[in-house]
Amino acid sequence: MGLLDGKKILVTGVLTDASIAFQAARLAQEEGATVLLTSFGRQAKLTQAIAKRLPAEAPVLQLDVQSQEDLDNLDAAVREHVDSLDGVVHSIGFAPQSVMGGNFLAAEWADVATALEISAFSLKSLAVATQQLLKDGTPGGSVVGLTFDATLAWPVYDWMGVAKAAFESTARYLARDLGPDNIRVNLVSAGPIKTVAAKSIPGFEKLDAEWPERAPLGWDNSTAEPAGRAIAALLSDWFPATTGEIVHVDGGFHAMGS
Amino acid sequence: MAYTEEEVLAGLAEIVAEESGQPASAVVPSASFTDDLDIDSLSMMTIITHAEDKFDVRIPDEDVKNLSTVGDAVSYIAKAQA
Repeated sequence: MGLLDGKKILVTGVLTDASIAFQAARLAQEEGATVLLTSFGRQAKLTQAIAKRLPAEAPVLQLDVQSQEDLDNLDAAVREHVDSLDGVVHSIGFAPQSVMGGNFLAAEWADVATALEISAFSLKSLAVATQQLLKDGTPGGSVVGLTFDATLAWPVYDWMGVAKAAFESTARYLARDLGPDNIRVNLVSAGPIKTVAAKSIPGFEKLDAEWPERAPLGWDNSTAEPAGRAIAALLSDWFPATTGEIVHVDGGFHAMGS
Repeated sequence: MAYTEEEVLAGLAEIVAEESGQPASAVVPSASFTDDLDIDSLSMMTIITHAEDKFDVRIPDEDVKNLSTVGDAVSYIAKAQA
């Protein structure tokens, strides 16, 4: 008996097998779920190759969160494979290099706007695009996103940090507006993990440096499995009365003063 | 069964040609991925993933950055499967 037996889950943001989303998809399948992936553009070929490394190869649907056409088509694309959804994993973020890596003061609005649209507004876009599918699923649908603690200013993270603050707020408003449909919206706030996304942050090691020492449980930045497990748990029926929440999967770092 | 360097080159040429749109005949040992074959980091990740699956090897990221030519990748893969 798996934690997610019979559940149908859409997972965005699988790029390599180091991706947090890959671990979430793998664990969801191992716990009994049917998993669909999304990708877009040139990344789609990589996602398709990596989809073969899951315990069961998952279909890869087209979704660029900046494309209204893709968002409009998502419901039908999902229904080619399953008749409804029980969970959606949002693992999407992007900021132009010009607004990270210590360029906070020099950032220009057009680049910041891109970061906000792809990294924060997309949670609303994805939730709305899948709302009917989640309503058609087993009551108690779950949307889970990935954040990086946005209550603090970090080295080098810059406008991506601001985008994450908007993302966290977006999750709370979605929790408010999707609650009446019995859809939960929660986030996992993971410590630094060496994914492709992390490597694209110039100076990632500055962000990462203190973590293993300050986190009372220690921290291994080479594995996304703990974050993947938390995602699987939030997708399950074992958090039935939890929404608008941020679960820290950071070794306890956030709770320590130094 | 281990692949010979010739077999690795032939298999890799197919993968690189598919990803880059270049003819397989351009994928020669001396060709640089970035300068001659116009392969960026996303394409390189895709190529490495396909190569790992085809030749049943794992190529960690820290090693990928040392593979600047097709020949580098062929020797790496040939050694890694041994």
